Amino acid sequence: MKNLLKSSAAALALSVAANAAAAEGKLVLYHWFEYMPQEVLDKFTAETGIEVTMDTYDSNESMLATLKAGGMGTYDLAVPGDYMVSIMAGEGLLDTIADGELANKGNIAPEWADPSFDPGRASSIPYQWGSTSFAVNRDAYSGDIQTTDILFNPPAELSGKINMLDSQGEVMAMASLHLGIPQCSTDREQLKALNAMLQDAKQHWASFNSDTAKEVLVSGDAAVGQIYDGFAAKAREEGANVEYAYPTQGYVAWMDNVVLLKDAPNRENALKFMDFLLEPENIAAVTNYAQYNAGVTGTSEHLDPALAAQPEKNPHAHAGEGVFIEVCNQETQAVYDQIWTNLKK
Amino acid sequence: MAAGAASGGSARADTYKDARGWLLLPSWAVLGIFVLGPVCMMLIYSFLTKEFRGGVIWEPSLAAYDQFFFDRGLFGDEPPKLEWTYITIFWRSIWQAGAATLLSLLIGFPTAYFIATRPENVRPVWVFLITIPYWVNLLIRTVSMKFLLRDQGPLNDFLIGTGLIDSPIHIVNTNFAVQLGLFYSYLPFMVLPIYAAVERYNFSLSEAAADLYASKWTTLRRIVLPAVKPGVVAGCILVFVPSMGSFLAPDLLGGAKNFMIGSLIEEQFKGNAGNWPFGAAASMILLTMVLIILMFSARQQAKADKAGG
Repeated sequence: MKNLLKSSAAALALSVAANAAAAEGKLVLYHWFEYMPQEVLDKFTAETGIEVTMDTYDSNESMLATLKAGGMGTYDLAVPGDYMVSIMAGEGLLDTIADGELANKGNIAPEWADPSFDPGRASSIPYQWGSTSFAVNRDAYSGDIQTTDILFNPPAELSGKINMLDSQGEVMAMASLHLGIPQCSTDREQLKALNAMLQDAKQHWASFNSDTAKEVLVSGDAAVGQIYDGFAAKAREEGANVEYAYPTQGYVAWMDNVVLLKDAPNRENALKFMDFLLEPENIAAVTNYAQYNAGVTGTSEHLDPALAAQPEKNPHAHAGEGVFIEVCNQETQAVYDQIWTNLKK
Repeated sequence: MAAGAASGGSARADTYKDARGWLLLPSWAVLGIFVLGPVCMMLIYSFLTKEFRGGVIWEPSLAAYDQFFFDRGLFGDEPPKLEWTYITIFWRSIWQAGAATLLSLLIGFPTAYFIATRPENVRPVWVFLITIPYWVNLLIRTVSMKFLLRDQGPLNDFLIGTGLIDSPIHIVNTNFAVQLGLFYSYLPFMVLPIYAAVERYNFSLSEAAADLYASKWTTLRRIVLPAVKPGVVAGCILVFVPSMGSFLAPDLLGGAKNFMIGSLIEEQFKGNAGNWPFGAAASMILLTMVLIILMFSARQQAKADKAGG
């Protein structure tokens, strides 16, 4: 038994060593699903000889869980949303990019160069930004859709045909806008009202699903879907007669960012990839695919001209304000978790 | 297979009585590393303090179990009442898994009986056919099921085309869709043990019963069923237990609107909640329930064996 243990330990050590050796010329990316065109990865490999491996996730929270449950040291880069960047920084999961390590750092658009969630861009670069609101099938409903009532207090035609994102942050932020209360409110009456409103709204909802948020609109399974602007544009292009709403109460704005993870096994290659994504031409290719917006200057000449004209990209005159999702403190988060469980029990 | 081990177990135990204990070491090691280790870890985690946003603090705490059984209101400062939330979720899981098991039994038993009564050389072909769909990943099969069942899907198109119904039947995002999904996911686990039991059944017993003027129904009820019962019980357990913990079917076919235990536990590790001790505690409670069910059925089996033999 002892010998067996010893030899298996030796075998394990060998395979670890072999992995480390093979790590030359590699890059391991942890990314959202359906968010990175293969051509961009191929181009990077062609230019640098670095092979890219990509795993995907479907929510900021599941990415955080994977990293905290032993995923650190496996991945070089991840792509968290704005609020998740500050959470990850607070958890000590991010590495700092020293001055001069990124040759193309100057390409970051000035308005995104010093965001509140990562002051001075210490660990991140912009990936894409956009909005989250909802899209309505115009064959099913022809009335006014520029209100959050469509999601939380819908007209009879739409009741029972609504898909919500299976994401606490997005649902809670939208619900707070609907009630006109601050996000992460600590006011008990407001939290109770939030709980009661969601309990009541649930009867109108058909499902919670993030991965198929676009498909259910295209297939007609849902007439209303809480959705990201680029996904709504894709649904429209795939034949669904959907209109993306910018409710007067406001909508959720977001920015996804490429972050350098602590203990990245291929730190050098990760920085090369970040520089690569800061080239206007490359990030524009991502934007053309994902149909959001890049946070890099000089992309306009590489962008598909049709993108800028998309209705999903152009809020109307009476649209409310776009707000980022806020990070709640532990106490309020506990209440949020309770409200979420109540909603799904 | 499980049935075979049960009936032939005592004879084999005698044969290997003299085998030296250390020959068992590899299996003990496997059990230790892959069964006992994870379960112990789960047990320990369930008694630790939760860390904000996932993870644990190494301080003993009963908070996870307290959260499961006591309702202290939205803000956690009201006098404790019995918490119904999680009991409801567990009850729903038992109900859904039970319905899926019953459905599997209703379809699986005749199927297994049919296969076992075919000529010996074609039986493997039938078993092979049963297992073919299961070469495909469970996720893909569950998604395909959704495509088949949805409002604009082939099933509804067909029913409308034949004039049986005027408007599509809503199946997706209902409890019934979840049951169908579970049933489809685990059907072979029902068919195979029952097939193994029926195949060993001595059909001259049925002939004898017929000679004594037993009706077909009586023969099935009083002769066949008691003889193949171990296979039926094994099949039911093999379908029921994984159905209880499933989260793919409720998420994809049920619309993730109502938690089953599996989705509740998943949410504690992958969702916003990030409450690992609570997830571990819910898993331990699920494990305990399954153990009780298994022990209960084993005792019933032992009683029946005693009465029969």
